[in-house]
Amino acid sequence: MSRVLVNGIGAVSPAGWGVAALRDAVAGGEPWPTQTVARPGWKEPMLLRRVPSPSPRPDFLAHARLRRSSAIAQYTVAAAMEALGEEAVRVQSGAVRLGIVVCVMAGCVAYSRRFYEETLKDPATASPLLFPETVFNAPASHLAALLNATGPSYTLVGDDSTVLQGLALGADWLLTGQVDGCVIVGAEETDWIEADAMRLFQRDSIHGDGAGALYLKTGNKSEGPPATAELACVTDSFLFTQRQDRATAARRMCAQLPARDRNELLCASAHGHRIHDRAEADAWQDWPGARVAVRKILGEAFSAAAAWQCVLACDALRRDHFAAANVSVVGANLQAIGARFTPPTD
Amino acid sequence: MLFPPTKSNQPPVRVVITGAGIVTALGAGWRVNADGFRAGRTAFRPVTLFDVARQRSKIAAEVDLPDSLPRNALLDKTVNRLDRAMRMLLLAAHEAWTQAGWQPAEGIPVILGTTSGGMSLGQDYLRQALECPQSHRGQPTRVMHYQAQRQALDLCNAFNFHGPITIIANACASGANAIGHAWELVRYGRAPAVLTGGYDALCQLTFAGFDSLQALSPTPCRPFDTRRDGLSLGEGAAILTLEALDHARQRGAEILGEIIGYAATTDTHHLTQPHPQGDAAFAAMSLACERATINPDQVDYVNAHGTATPQNDSTEAAAINRWAGPRAATLQVSSSKASVGHLLGAAGAVEAVVTLMTLREQWLPPEILFSQPDPACAFQIVRAPTESPVRVALSNSFGFGGANATLVLRRWS
Repeated sequence: MSRVLVNGIGAVSPAGWGVAALRDAVAGGEPWPTQTVARPGWKEPMLLRRVPSPSPRPDFLAHARLRRSSAIAQYTVAAAMEALGEEAVRVQSGAVRLGIVVCVMAGCVAYSRRFYEETLKDPATASPLLFPETVFNAPASHLAALLNATGPSYTLVGDDSTVLQGLALGADWLLTGQVDGCVIVGAEETDWIEADAMRLFQRDSIHGDGAGALYLKTGNKSEGPPATAELACVTDSFLFTQRQDRATAARRMCAQLPARDRNELLCASAHGHRIHDRAEADAWQDWPGARVAVRKILGEAFSAAAAWQCVLACDALRRDHFAAANVSVVGANLQAIGARFTPPTD
Repeated sequence: MLFPPTKSNQPPVRVVITGAGIVTALGAGWRVNADGFRAGRTAFRPVTLFDVARQRSKIAAEVDLPDSLPRNALLDKTVNRLDRAMRMLLLAAHEAWTQAGWQPAEGIPVILGTTSGGMSLGQDYLRQALECPQSHRGQPTRVMHYQAQRQALDLCNAFNFHGPITIIANACASGANAIGHAWELVRYGRAPAVLTGGYDALCQLTFAGFDSLQALSPTPCRPFDTRRDGLSLGEGAAILTLEALDHARQRGAEILGEIIGYAATTDTHHLTQPHPQGDAAFAAMSLACERATINPDQVDYVNAHGTATPQNDSTEAAAINRWAGPRAATLQVSSSKASVGHLLGAAGAVEAVVTLMTLREQWLPPEILFSQPDPACAFQIVRAPTESPVRVALSNSFGFGGANATLVLRRWS
């Protein structure tokens, strides 16, 4: 069987546009500054961690398809383009058959909220410019248009753990020869309605937005950029069902990852909420190596945050000589899944 | 492990259908739907679910839901919280599950397509957040149950099986993509059996959305008719149980049909408008047939996407003409949307079940309201109830964002 390599990574986060900004923020170890957003009907604003405006603004954001697009579409495209790097030109020329997998939890929530607010005021005048951007697959569509990628493109909806399913899906497309490369993106955008909903369950949590991307290729493709990491495994999905609680699901996920040692890295999904984080903390309580929890620093950005975990895992393998990097996602309300990356071998 | 696969480098296996469930405005269940589609019955009526007084179109194909749900393992408090979309999904899944004779188990993947999940609950959430910003009453439940993954989890709980769950939201191709992805999982040995399909309920957001685009017709839609003036919305769900042929045979299951091809392509022309020549649609049909190792001469019927918008039907006609070549002159084509409207994320799944019906029962579903053929169509539109031998059939699904999917089904004999 061919190996599946991570040939590029990309990120957009409240820390800025690019993997370097994400890496530096996590290395700093301090919670990132927050912004406020007005919540209709409330005197007090809500706290968020939003992606700052890019400086300089990437050229691709001038593409006609991105002119009126939502923030989540711009984050998706930016993260994917960084992950693809120079390979984007080969995709655009048709030399590489690209698969696209975009994973979201809330998806295009800002335009959806705006469109439905307009509908509630008067459905006859709700904006036709907003509605098409409300569909879950709008970001994937814009990315495909920018890259002239006419192959398979799926938008997966689920909780944050779905990003790891997306990795497995992309890897399978590669192994079955359906695509030459596959970009997997996890993305979210903030809106007061999303922060309002999250507050019902995790009062002290702060919502963030952005995207993370990984570009996968098989190990027997010699062309393209050098690999950052190898995708060693994605565990089974352990659902939160009537018969299996979060703690059990997290334990089973943890147990399925190969034996660990102190030279490995754990990228955890904890975001600082004691009750929410407990299942994962218990499952990994004996972890002997280094551990990072990007959400504690940049906020709970669901699918984007799960993708950041994977990006940080691969980046750490490239820079810090870990023997392996494990990603643990005990999701918001669906399942626990883990993944393991190893350094690429010749 | 989801990756690496335990079985790789094995030859693809044949994938058969052992259960099918369907809910549309024609009714709940195979028989009532088969009778309705066979006769070309139309199910449009004035919208009652929300206020459409300020919309151009005032009709849709609403489902009459039964008062009670089939027996299942969900807790009573969960059942009481199920929204319209989930109820339709549960009905369709129960029919398919029962027909297949499946038993509770771990490791049966669920792959569903939807565009909006439980959006009506999401609408209620926003409405209350705006109108009563200090009240949280009922809001946590709305947040949890509007999410599609919650509905898929409820499905697993209802029948006591454990996924993994995959939800594909590729706009109006979602249902076909879900079935196609399930087909690939079984075909490549990733799972011996998969529960798959699509569902979507009518909601004000999508109704107002299509109305804002002036895509809705004020009258029942007429796909491929030269006087067509837009689509009609509907709602529903359809579920299939797919199995590897050997797996189905070993347990003595009745085989309803076979899926022999699938392809998904992306149209990069525009977010909502297809390329005028239908390049991506053509590619999807061609690639699906290539994987099925068939050519257009072997195809007896095409269940078209056929939304009845002027642009979509012209594009699909161009794609079918180009794909079929000389075969087009005698090729039978119709759109199920003429009977039950556009079911969005459920459309591809419901239309796959209708295609399965044509293969099982050897008839073609007509478009009764069709009167004047669009000269762009080189093929034949089924206009009246027709008995016909059908051995191989295609089902097309195209969606916003350029999501294109084609399924190829074969009669089981």
